[in-house]
Amino acid sequence: MEMILAFTALGVLLVLGMGALGTAIGFGILGGKFLEGSARQPELAPKLQGSMFLVAGLIDAVTMIGIGIGMWFTFANPFLATLAG
Amino acid sequence: MAEAAHAAAEQTVQEYINHHLSFLTFGKVDGHWGFAHTPEEAMEMGFWAVNVDTLGWSIFLGAAFLLFFRSVGKRATVDAPSGIQNFVEAVFEFVDARVSEGFNYKNDLIGPLCLTLFFWILLMNTMDLVPVDLITKGFEIFAAVVFGFEHAPFKIVPTTDPNITMGMSVFVFLLIIYYSIKNKGIGGFLSELAFHPFGKWMMPFNLIIEVPTLFAKPISLGLRLFGNLYAGELLFLLIASMLGYWQLPAHFVWAVFHILVIPLQAFVFMMLTIVYLNAAHDKPHH
Repeated sequence: MEMILAFTALGVLLVLGMGALGTAIGFGILGGKFLEGSARQPELAPKLQGSMFLVAGLIDAVTMIGIGIGMWFTFANPFLATLAG
Repeated sequence: MAEAAHAAAEQTVQEYINHHLSFLTFGKVDGHWGFAHTPEEAMEMGFWAVNVDTLGWSIFLGAAFLLFFRSVGKRATVDAPSGIQNFVEAVFEFVDARVSEGFNYKNDLIGPLCLTLFFWILLMNTMDLVPVDLITKGFEIFAAVVFGFEHAPFKIVPTTDPNITMGMSVFVFLLIIYYSIKNKGIGGFLSELAFHPFGKWMMPFNLIIEVPTLFAKPISLGLRLFGNLYAGELLFLLIASMLGYWQLPAHFVWAVFHILVIPLQAFVFMMLTIVYLNAAHDKPHH
């Protein structure tokens, strides 16, 4: 039981950490490209900004799904339910 | 003694969070229909359990949106428009611009669909900015006094319920399939799955690529919205339960972050709907 709790905690932290890592790198590249693009053609900056936010929402997606799964394991651990049942 | 008191307090934090993460579920408990009193009961209810709180709030907010926009639309004037009319027109033009540039075919459903999706999801997400216990505690007291239902859970943000978000995305998925078949024929739709991107001799390989891509659309659409809102709400709960008086500035900081996510997720849902439905209307390449 303690092992399940310990490994669940490690698993949740890995999910959150790697999600954050991927998202941060993705946003960094995205923001950098946006800055480059709007420096080249400042008149396109509003349109680029709209597209940037769209892609930002997409990059967030799997990270947020990971957060949801992580919180599910933290507060309603299904492995503990299997142990009890 | 201190550890026992601390342990008791820790349990209450856990219980507080679990209480705020549970829905007001109506279903069959021990053979008769009623509300679930514990999360375990809610889990046992199985498929035919209805989350009455999120269903009620989503219908209420949808009706509020429809009545509001309709009443402004009926009283719209060209000279001296009121502030409210300007606001509604701004939202309408925003969605209209996105649909015009993203959707290249003639379809009278897309505009109203995207306006509804955008503003309805925006309204539902904005419920997350209401302080955590404000309405929930009020309902708990109401249910305890009027119905004798102690510790009634009550969630006010419908988009933190995966049922609501997956329901919307499944409906968009059905629209994708309907318009794909309507515009390409069922043969065209299936051949697009089977013969892209490689030729027809690689059909199993094509199917392995195309079918998960097809199903990833509704799953990611629904879970993206759910995950973002669930994480935001969970963080509000954690701040509320663990920080004592320091929760007030912390709430404010997180709310300012969350104000970006709220319209962004509504916008992303709408844009992806436009993109998917546009792709469903595309004629096949051969």
